[in-house]
Order: sequence, then C-alpha cells, then structure tokens
Amino acid sequence: RWFSDSASGSNRIEKILVANRGEIACRIMRTAKRLGIRTVAVYSDADRHALHVKSADEAVHIGPPPARLSYLSASSILDAAARTGAQAIHPGYGFLSESAEFAQLCEDKGLIFIGPPSSAIRDMGDKSASKRIMGAAGVPLVPGYHGSEQDIEVMKLEADKIGYPVLIKPTHGGGGKGMRIVQSPDEFVESFLGAQREAAASFGVNTILLEKYITQPRHIEVQIFGDKHENVLHLYERDCSVQRRHQKIIEEAPAPNISDDFRYHLGQAAVSAARAVGYHNAGTVEFIVDTTSGQFYFMEMNTRLQVEHPVTEMIVGQDLVEWQIRVANGEPLPISQSQVPLSGHAFEARIYAENVPKGFLPATGVLHHYRHVPVSSTVRVETGVEQGDTVSMHYDPMIAKLVVWGENRAAALVKLKDCLSKFQVAGLPTNVSFLQKLASHWAFQDGKVETHFIEHFKDDLFIDPDNLVLEKEAYDAARFSAALAAACVIEKEHSARKENIPGGNGLFSIWYSSPPFRVHHCASSTMELEWDNEYDISGSKPLTLSITYKQDGSYCIESKENSYPALEVRATKLGNNDFRVEVDGVIMNVRLAVYSKDQIKHIHIWHGSQHHHFKQRIGLELSDEDESQHKPSFETSSHPKGTVVAPMAGLVVKVLVKDGTKVEGGQPILVLEAMKMEHVVKAPSAGYVHGLQVTTGQQVSDGGALFRIKVWVYITLFDFEVMDSS
Amino acid sequence: WRSSLMAANRAQIVQRNEYSIGVLPDGVDRSSEAFSGNSTAMGALLSDLQSHIDKILAGGGPEAVKRNRSRNKLLPRERIDRLLDPGSSFLELSQLAGHELYDEPLPSGGIVTGMGPVHGKLCMFVANDPTVKGGTYYPITVKKHLRAQEIAAECKLPCIYLVDSGGAYLPKQAEVFPDRDNFGRIFYNQAVMSAEGIPQVALVLGSCTAGGAYIPAMADESVMVKGNGTIFLAGPPLVKAATGEEVSAEDLGGASVHCKTSGVSDYFAQDELHGLALGRNIIKNLHMAGQGQLQGGVQNTHFEYAEPLYDVRELRSIAPTDHKQQFDIRSVIARIVDGSEFDEFKKLYGTTLVTGLARIYGQPVGIIGNNGILFSESALKGAHFIELCTQRNIPLVYLQNITGFMVYN
Repeated sequence: RWFSDSASGSNRIEKILVANRGEIACRIMRTAKRLGIRTVAVYSDADRHALHVKSADEAVHIGPPPARLSYLSASSILDAAARTGAQAIHPGYGFLSESAEFAQLCEDKGLIFIGPPSSAIRDMGDKSASKRIMGAAGVPLVPGYHGSEQDIEVMKLEADKIGYPVLIKPTHGGGGKGMRIVQSPDEFVESFLGAQREAAASFGVNTILLEKYITQPRHIEVQIFGDKHENVLHLYERDCSVQRRHQKIIEEAPAPNISDDFRYHLGQAAVSAARAVGYHNAGTVEFIVDTTSGQFYFMEMNTRLQVEHPVTEMIVGQDLVEWQIRVANGEPLPISQSQVPLSGHAFEARIYAENVPKGFLPATGVLHHYRHVPVSSTVRVETGVEQGDTVSMHYDPMIAKLVVWGENRAAALVKLKDCLSKFQVAGLPTNVSFLQKLASHWAFQDGKVETHFIEHFKDDLFIDPDNLVLEKEAYDAARFSAALAAACVIEKEHSARKENIPGGNGLFSIWYSSPPFRVHHCASSTMELEWDNEYDISGSKPLTLSITYKQDGSYCIESKENSYPALEVRATKLGNNDFRVEVDGVIMNVRLAVYSKDQIKHIHIWHGSQHHHFKQRIGLELSDEDESQHKPSFETSSHPKGTVVAPMAGLVVKVLVKDGTKVEGGQPILVLEAMKMEHVVKAPSAGYVHGLQVTTGQQVSDGGALFRIKVWVYITLFDFEVMDSS
Repeated sequence: WRSSLMAANRAQIVQRNEYSIGVLPDGVDRSSEAFSGNSTAMGALLSDLQSHIDKILAGGGPEAVKRNRSRNKLLPRERIDRLLDPGSSFLELSQLAGHELYDEPLPSGGIVTGMGPVHGKLCMFVANDPTVKGGTYYPITVKKHLRAQEIAAECKLPCIYLVDSGGAYLPKQAEVFPDRDNFGRIFYNQAVMSAEGIPQVALVLGSCTAGGAYIPAMADESVMVKGNGTIFLAGPPLVKAATGEEVSAEDLGGASVHCKTSGVSDYFAQDELHGLALGRNIIKNLHMAGQGQLQGGVQNTHFEYAEPLYDVRELRSIAPTDHKQQFDIRSVIARIVDGSEFDEFKKLYGTTLVTGLARIYGQPVGIIGNNGILFSESALKGAHFIELCTQRNIPLVYLQNITGFMVYN
C-alpha cells in the first residue's frame, strides 16, 4: 500500500482557499478544519469583519464590495492563493463555482479546483448542448421540437405529436417574451403567429421552438458524486419544488410521495447523465417531474455543491465537502452505491432577509438581534452572519439555512415548525413567519408539493388585509403579545437597574425596589406601542397599554384601544432575553429582543408560534414651531426682511465682499471692531448682498442698517431672483 | 413600604450565617380570639381608609380631571411619575392633609408632596393639583408645602416645584398670608435652601398667578410650557380692570414672554411632556446634589439586609382597635426590623418603654416604643437612650402608643 496509493505523498491538500463568502464559506472551512486542513478566506471591503473571515486561519482582501470586482475576480483570487500558498480552491456555490474558465485557470496555475473538470462545466453550462448530450446518453428530455423547419404546418404536426398543452417559445431572448401556452390544437395557429411576431419585434429573430407544457411540475434533483477513477454514484434525490421568484425556499430529501421504483430510475438517469460528461466531484442533476403523468425529464445539471446539499447529508450521514476534498485528492469514493444509506427525512428552510408582502423583495439592514435555534445531531443551522452584521445589497440576502432531520417526514416537519418558531431574527424583515405558514399548510404537510405551490395557495399563505375577521384575530393576538412584551420589558429594565443602581448600591437601592412603592395605591404607567404587522404594509397600529404594578409583583395590563378585560401578567427573567411569563394562570416561555434604531425602540417578542414586532418612540416629537431663539437684535422688524443691522456701535475694519456678490448663508460679510473686540457680521441666508454702502474705517451706530440679503430660490436647473423675500 | 417589598421578595429571605442573640421570638398566638378579632376590626378600618384614599387620589373629581386633560395636562401624581426614574418608588407625604378640614373637600390639601429619585438623586417634589380649587393655597396647603421644604432642607434634597396654581385661596387669604410660617415663608425657604446649595427647580406647567409667580422667579432654574404655563402677578381680567388694557394670558406672561423677553424662565417647553423631560435633564446635570449628602448622615449601612422573619401584614391582627387592650410592642418591632433582630437596651429597667438598636433596610436605627403607661424610670431610660443615639448619630424611630404619663402622688 505504501507504493500503490497514488493519493498519498506530497500533493495532498493541506491548505484550501475558499473563494466564497457567507454560510457556504463557513461550512466548507468547518469540514476543512476537522480534517486538519488550513483555510484561507477572501473578503471584499464589505466583509472585513464577516464571520467567514473570522472562521479562516488566514484571510486575504480581494477588492471593493461589488462582486464582479472581488468575489468574481479570478485574478485576485488566484493571486490570494499564491500569496498564502494554498494548494486548492473551493469555489462554494454561485460566484465562480460554475465558471469553466476559472476552473481551467486553476488547473493552469497548478492549483486544485475542488469541483468537476472544466470540460464538464463547459458542457453543462450550455443549455442546448447539455440537452443534446443527455438525449444522446438516453436521459429523458422534455418532449419538444427544436428543429430549424419553421413552417406552420410542420410545427402544428410536431405540436400534435408532443401533445397538449404545448409551450411555444422563441429560441432567442428570454424573460417570458413571446412565450405562449397552447391548451388545444385549435388555438395553435393564432398563438404561433403571435409568438413569431413578438419574437421578431423583440429579438429580431423569429425562430420558435416547441415544448411540452407541464401543468403541475415538481422540481426533483439528484445528488451525484464521481471520483477520478470513473466511479459515479447518486445520493438520492431532493425535492425543491416550493419556490418563490424562481428560487427555492424549502427543500427536502427524500422527495415525498414517490415510489421506490421511480426513485431507482431517477437515480439511474442521474448517474448516466454524469457519466455522459466524464463527471467527477459533486454535482446535481435537476429533473422536472410531470405530476399528472408521473414522467420525469432532464432539465439541467449543476456542476457544483448546491445550497441545499445538507438535506442529502442528513439522510445519508455523509459529509459531502469531505468527499469533495477526498475526490480532489484523487481518492476513490469511500462507499459504493449499494452502501449508500437512506435514513429518515430532512428539510431545509432558507431564511432570507426579504419583504414577503412586497413580492419577496430582498431586504437589507442590520441584524440587531439574531439568535438561531440550538444545534444538535438532528438540527443544523448554516449561517454566515452574526448579530450586529449588515445584510447588504451587494450579496445574496440569505441569513441562514435551517436543516432538520426526523425519523420520517412527519417527524421532521414537526421539528421544522418548532425550530422556525424559535428562530429569532430582528432588525430587518424576514420570511420566517411565511416559512412557518408554508410548513403548516395542509397541502405541504401532505407532501403535495409542486412548483406553483405558493401561487396556488396564495389565499392561505398571505393575509388579505380586507379580511376583517382575520384582521381582528391578528390584532387580538398582537394585543396579547403586547401585554407580555410590556411585562418583560419592565422586568428587564428593573433587573438592569438592580445591577446598576443610579447613586450606588447602598440604602438607596430601596427606591428602585420592585414593585415601585406608592403610599396607599399601586404605581402605574402607560406604554405607547405601535404594532408593526409584517403582512400589512399599510402601516402600524397603535396599542396603548396601561400597566399597574401590583403588590405581589405582577402587572395588571389593560389596553386602551378596546374594552377587553385586563390581563394579569407575571414575568420572571431567566436569561438576558428569556422569560417565563404567567398570564391568567398559564405559564409560558417568552423570548424578547429589544434594540433602538432612529429614535425608536423596537421590541420583538416570540412565544409559542407567535412573533410580534412593536415600536416605541424614544424621546419626544417636537414641532420646530416657536422653538426660535431670542432674535438677535440686528435683525429687527423696523427694517425690511433680510436687512442686517450693526449689532453694536463700532468701526468697520474690513469689508469682505463687494455689493451685489452672491453669498452663502453664514458667509462673513464685514468685520466690526468695538471695545477692542472684533465681530464678524455674517450673511443670515444665501443670496445676493444688496445695498452694502459702508467702507473700511467707517463708524456705524448700533442698529444701523449695513446691507440686505436678497433671497434666491433654487428651482431645478434655473436660479432666478425673487423680487424680494419680504 | 416593607409590606409591599416583602410580598414580592417572600421567596428570598436572606439567611444570616452569623447567629444573633437579638432575634425576637414570634410572640403572637395566631389561634387566639384577640388575633382574629383584631384582624376583623382592623380590616374594617382599612377598607374605610381605602375608600377615603380612593376619593383623595381622584383629586378634584371627574369634571375637573376631564377639563385638565382637555388642556393637555397630566394630574400631579402622573407628572411626578414622569419625572421619577422609571419604575422607581415615591414616598408621598401628608396624603390625607385637608381631610374633612374645611366645609368643602380638599383632597391632599390641593398639593402633592413627597420624595423619589430622579437620575439617581433623591428629590423632593411639590406639585400643585390644579383640579382641586384651581391649585390655590388654603392654609393647610401652605403648611404642607412648608413641611416638604423643611424635610428637603434637613435632608438636603433638591426641590422640584411643579407649579400650576392660582395663588392664595382668596376667601381665606387672612389665614394664608400673615405670620412668619405662612405663604411668604415658601419663598424665604427657597432663598435659604438655594444659598445652602440645595437646588430649587420650578416647572411652570400651568398658571402661576400672584403669589405663585414667585416660586419660578425664586427658583435656581425654571421651565415653562408653551400655552399652559403663565407667570404674572395679575391676570388679564385684573389688568383690564385696573388699566383697561386687553391682553391675552400668553402675551402677558406666557412662555415666550418669559423665555425670550423677560428672562424669568430658563427653558422653553413645547408641551407638558417636553417640560417634564427638561425637568429631568436639569436634575441630571446637578453634579453635587442629592443622596450623596443624604448618605453623608447615614453611617455604617449594610448593603445586604434581611427581611423580617414574620409577616408584616400580621401587624393588623396584633394591634387592637380597642385602645384599652394591651399588646407587646416587641411583636411589632419583630415585623418591621431587618431579620427581626432587635438588641434591646436596658431591658429590665423602666419596662413600659422598650428601647434598643436594630436596622431597617440596613440603616441602623434606635427604636423607642411604648409598652404601657410611662413611668418615671421609663422616661429616664428613654432620655438615656436618646442621648446615646444622638451621640452616635443614629436616627430614631418612635413607635408611639401612649395613654399618658403616670399621675400619682
């Protein structure tokens, strides 16, 4: 073995540069560390203090925040590898992971690219080429017509052959332009001509292709793995059907509601696909599954480690990054196809900073509070951010991946819902409660997943703001949460004071005892909150709470907006943000996050499956009106507005501008001297100096007019003089 | 105070590791008829008291309160709550002043006084209640105001005057103005305290007419609220009567006039909440005042203290409502002092007066409690003990329950 093991010896990887950021960079480094391999991070200016930089042994700056100048800059990354002596580069996913040129460059520089050969990346990167290769390898493709013959009669025959509904699609362009779904043969001609016209107008080319339109598709993909010794195996499939904005948000493995036979054929097809391009390392073959016919068709192959690879790892009990490194080292795959276990069921929920009611638009901001669920052998949290980090517009707004495993799908789903309810993110909008709703939906529970799932069940997943019953329900829940939050905030503030009593820790501390003492009555206070309903973008609703501190240490909390009975709340502080709260005899765990931003105190509360966000104004809102100072005497009403008078009797020692000069507000105009003190007279506002008559050496009297400022008004491009400001 | 704290802290009675010989026994037979009888009788008295208190806390009644709110003004206790450190305690003084004193009710004597912390400094609050007779000064109002100032002067507490008063109650002006310890004494006290370095802060939250006008003028710093706060010796009606000039209250002596022209007031507040916030800020910026000096007089304070061993609420079952009934004052002491520890002085001499040392919230105190008729020896013992405490600067707590001195040949 000493002599036969080609993988041994000096060219084993000892140091990896991770050409990525965020959770995937952290995740790769974790495995590398476990294997005793040193790690190098790269970072842009925006990521100097990011978690992936802290997680690495070394880190190299590669450029400004925009990805094309840093994480997509192949030369900077190769340079970083050279500087740190890394032997291998792991590209993660996204960025350069599917760049054949980059893989080739690595090879040229003698660096190991932890991924497939560049030829495979190139083959699979071209959608029509990949379909051609797959078709030749016997992998099923979506039935269609991609030929050059564009005669309408021929096309119609092809369409009839494919079977309706049929999708008409221009060969060039994108964005859905010119696309038509044809439900029956008699609609074909009209749709075809329309598509041709639109394609010609939009792209200048009117060639059309036909494809079978799958009405209820599922997105199922197979994880494959190959080594450099021509071994290829699959690690079962993942279902990634539930998507929004064409991006996956919940993935699971194995796919629900499919037969063992189907799974077997799917796996075989994926392995054939990988073999067809001489694949090694990790890859994913994506299939579209027609739920009505039960047929699956090749869509594309992703030549990298996928975002959702952890669900596969959970059900096969393997570390795919370790496999990647071992394969890159030239080792054979550690197990054979028959040894791949399939155990239990795993879900991955992607937690994004995004604005769900605004069409899942990516959100940015600071993670003022971030506490994920505790990890265990069955719960994984892949994250690249920490509390206090900023989710910027430069990169993907994903905060974390929550991965859970259970003995079966139902058990895993229970765990997923529990973990989501305990996942605390505050400071920016997230999709956590949307994911909760999704995971709790009956159709999802039944495994009835398909690509149009969210669109299909949108009435259940989004709150209709006009639905008064639901609105009242939501408001009542918020009112209840507000009472809990108020009790916890008071308790938190009290305990903070107890640790740091103003005026010292002596006898004085009895003034800060809880509850606060009052002679013959109970102390009370008012808390004005605004409830921010993340599903109602129309604005926040006020909630005014009247809180009475009862003698036994509990709080009697009433809301002023309605006539509900008061709640008797007792809060006990467990940790910094954890409370045990008793409300009318029911005891529950409550988690709180409090932070301040822009003069507003934000209070987030989590209890049961509920999460609410309240805002409280700090300080006072004052109108500017009448906050004016005592008017300086040199601008008085006896002169026209804009007139500046001498603040004192004195000698003009300097005149700094000429009459008619354009000046800024506050610009010195002249200098007076009196009582051996110089006084600079400034322009009270921007404008033109008018009527400046005094000269150096001239004596002026107190209150005498010196000059006027004619005010200018700026309107877009043109400056023009207003007759007078008065 | 002790009862409210104990209830909340019941679970965490501090264990002393040192054995003390001074721990008082329980000394109460809970199964006795007297115990339950006292309990019932005291309960009735307490609910009677509470019904009076409820009326007093309601100030000048719903109509006046509503009128006050419509002017964007808070009630005096609410104003104090906003000034106090959040969630801190307030020791109100003379809550029952003026109770059934005059023909008309005068809740709390028309003025709320008491002490509590602001930015960690213990302050004395004097707040007129505009819902009670327009916040005017009855003789008892003056007395209560002066009493608060006296305590503040003694304990060196910064004074915060929340002024909202029409001045003296004119129908009773004959009893309000004359004499040394009457209305004018308020301003004298302000001047003397200010000279001693005890800060005097006035928040003008309503009218400060006539006599009331001197309070902000005499203060070290004052705040005025736009629209509501006015300072003048004579209001617009009097001006019109005297000179024929028609002038609005705001133009005559509003916040703008006094903050911009006369300079009487130092801070301009947009509204009442702003004014109260400015008041808190003024106290924040007092670098020398408050509890530092207070604690200067306090010696040997334990930071940790134990609650009494016995329930303080049992006091109402111990003290009989029938004054002819005797009870042991030690069972009262056992329920108010730290750890129920009481080191009795001269226990065997003059036994109708109980004297001894204890601590309350860690503060050493001398306790003098009657335990029957005062005899000559009891009086001698009391005098001795008072001398002792005076020498050591220990504050005294009197538990007074006396029918009189023994009179006999």
